[in-house]
Amino acid sequence: MKKVLVLGATSAIAQATVRLLAARGASLYLVGRNAANLDAVTKDAATRGAAKVESKAVDLNDFATHEALVEGAFQALGGLDGVVLAHGVLGDQAESQATWTATEAVLRTNFMSAVSLLTPLANRFEAQKAGTLVVISSVAGDRGRQSNYVYGASKGALNVFLQGLRNRLAKSNVAVVTVKPGFVDTPMTAHLPKNKLFASPEKVARGLLRAADSRKNEVYVPGIWALIMLIIKSIPESVFKKLKL
Amino acid sequence: MKPLESWGRYPRVEQRTQPLTWRSDTLPEVSGPVLPHGLGRSYGDSCLNGGGTLLLTAGLDRFIAFDPSTGVVRCEAGVTLDMILRLAAPRGWFLPVTPGTKFVTVGGAIANDVHGKNHHCAGTFGRYVRRFELVRSDGSRRVCAPDENPDWYGATIGGLGLTGLITWAEVQLKPISNPYVLQETVPLANLDEFLVVARESEADYQFTMAWVDCLARGKKVGRGLLYRGNFAPPQFDGLPLAKSHLSHGIGLAVPMDMPSFCLNRLTVSAFNWLYFHRQNGRPKQRLTHYDPFFYPLDAIYGWNRIYGSRGFLQFQCVVPYSTARDALKDILERSSRGGLPSFLSVLKTFGDIPSPGWLSFPRKGVTLAMDFANRGEKTYRLVEELDRVTREAGGAVYPAKDARMSPESFAAYFPRRVEFAGYMDPAFSSSFWRRMNPVALPFSLESERAAGAPHPPSVLALR
Ligand SMILES: Cc1cc2nc3c(=O)[nH]c(=O)nc-3n(C[C@H](O)[C@H](O)[C@H](O)COP(=O)(O)OP(=O)(O)OC[C@H]3O[C@@H](n4cnc5c(N)ncnc54)[C@H](O)[C@@H]3O)c2cc1C
Repeated sequence: MKKVLVLGATSAIAQATVRLLAARGASLYLVGRNAANLDAVTKDAATRGAAKVESKAVDLNDFATHEALVEGAFQALGGLDGVVLAHGVLGDQAESQATWTATEAVLRTNFMSAVSLLTPLANRFEAQKAGTLVVISSVAGDRGRQSNYVYGASKGALNVFLQGLRNRLAKSNVAVVTVKPGFVDTPMTAHLPKNKLFASPEKVARGLLRAADSRKNEVYVPGIWALIMLIIKSIPESVFKKLKL
Repeated sequence: MKPLESWGRYPRVEQRTQPLTWRSDTLPEVSGPVLPHGLGRSYGDSCLNGGGTLLLTAGLDRFIAFDPSTGVVRCEAGVTLDMILRLAAPRGWFLPVTPGTKFVTVGGAIANDVHGKNHHCAGTFGRYVRRFELVRSDGSRRVCAPDENPDWYGATIGGLGLTGLITWAEVQLKPISNPYVLQETVPLANLDEFLVVARESEADYQFTMAWVDCLARGKKVGRGLLYRGNFAPPQFDGLPLAKSHLSHGIGLAVPMDMPSFCLNRLTVSAFNWLYFHRQNGRPKQRLTHYDPFFYPLDAIYGWNRIYGSRGFLQFQCVVPYSTARDALKDILERSSRGGLPSFLSVLKTFGDIPSPGWLSFPRKGVTLAMDFANRGEKTYRLVEELDRVTREAGGAVYPAKDARMSPESFAAYFPRRVEFAGYMDPAFSSSFWRRMNPVALPFSLESERAAGAPHPPSVLALR
């Protein structure tokens, strides 16, 4: 990935990824919601050696802007060969259970906005017969649990969408990489008590780029989550529904 | 709530933490006093805030700009000296002043106005800080520079984190033509020899410092090895600059607290090592990468844990040349006589280049730093005695390394503290500051006491 669009560039995992890409001398187009924070990430990337950095502050929940945003990124970097889609919200399960509005907000940001962005991106990559689409999903999408199934559903839907997209784009030499991090120590999880399973954003970013470089399909980062989720997925539903997970 | 420790792991205090992420954010609203915290490489309680909240600055680690033609780097306050070296050294720039570890933040380096092995020719870190932004709890933001808000600039450099939060800073680096240092090691028979050789070396060497054998007594007090060096000439031996960011550390880690009996063996072997190296009595020259030259201890990650879970106390003083010989002899002898020899002791000289910081520690004279394993009362009493000797010699003790100086001493060492107090942020405080100003008691000391911190060693203190 030499010319990369990063969506949700101010998220902790995206920032760590941007640093690694900048150190490789990539050209970057960074998109985030908060202009001041995006500016901080942009200048950091430029100082760390990115060949070129452009940025645009937009709210990705405004789907009407997506076509133009994608067009702008292609224009600014003279083409794209990589996308890292990193924006998302954790939401609040209790609130989501109480109101559809809260549920809808999570689904819109994590699933619908991703699909809305990936549609024009996939079409362009398919046409140019090259490129890598990297999407940050979550282990939470592998199985619904009472503690966060709304967030999990948004990521689970995303996973299925990406499977289909991968299937469609395989013949066009476009890689679709689904990255499933476990717990990551970021501002998004600052309120949660930390344990040994929490990985640093830097570790996740390294795993993400390794997967992108080797055009993997689905990866768990850190790898231990492949095992954990294998176990969680194989618990029969009749038992699972009685567990407090 | 896990207690966050300082590097010396003493004293232990309970406090809350609040990570900071963005430099444009307002300060978080919390009850009780706050204090910025970098990487906790200060030894005592100046980077702690018992009963209050530490604002963790590690997330403020972004670069803002670097100009390889001028060597000016602008970055957030949580950027470490290590990150700056990785960015700048391959392009021919080095830190103008660096402490003995590169794992400190720019904010921490400013707040303690740190010094390096080149104080005699470069002064302190604060002299190279062109500008920085200071955010106060009232929401105000100021850019501070020698000619812009100069009073805030002077109060904040060496200001122990008490004037507000530094969000970003601009530092002038210095050019190097090679990441390698030409180093010479000179054996020293005693303190008198140190005083002569160290002063002689100042003319020709940018960097000097001496390791001292703390078990030596009588005529041999101050025996040790003096290291002096300069950056090597351009492209020495054709070694390419790009290699400079390679870490030469052996990358050992201390995996857990070591039981205290190990210390003696380590101590003994360290001295044996010293003797071994001085046996032929002649200076030795060698070429060495900057990493092991400036940061020998960084190669052993978490070396502070060799002192065990009770931690250790560092004591660093500076005394003027007029009293240096007698005072240092007294200090070195007291520490070896007390049966509490320091494992690592370092002597060096400070020049008279002034710092812009009002509470800056370095001043012309000789500085001595010693580590003492924490053996309770015995150790505290020793360190307090050394504080007294320093004060009587007209010297000063370094707050960044202190856990026991008395409030009276602090007042004597830092005459501008009164003026400084007028620039403190009312919402900011530290365990150190409350210990130094026990009568003011802006916040409750009780929670700190309960958590096992020592009583302030002062008649002024409320007990
Ligand atoms: C092995 C070793 C060798 C050392 N050698 C030397 C040496 O040679 N010379 C020397 O001078 N020191 C030396 N030190 C001490 C060290 O350089 C200082 O204590 C340094 O200030 C620590 O920086 P830190 O980022 O860890 O800050 P901390 O120790 O976490 O904090 C230090 C002070 O900075 C304040 N602070 C931190 N960030 C900010 C901010 N953003 N805004 C405002 N205030 C802030 C804190 O409130 C505190 O008062 C050494 C320490 C070690 C462990």
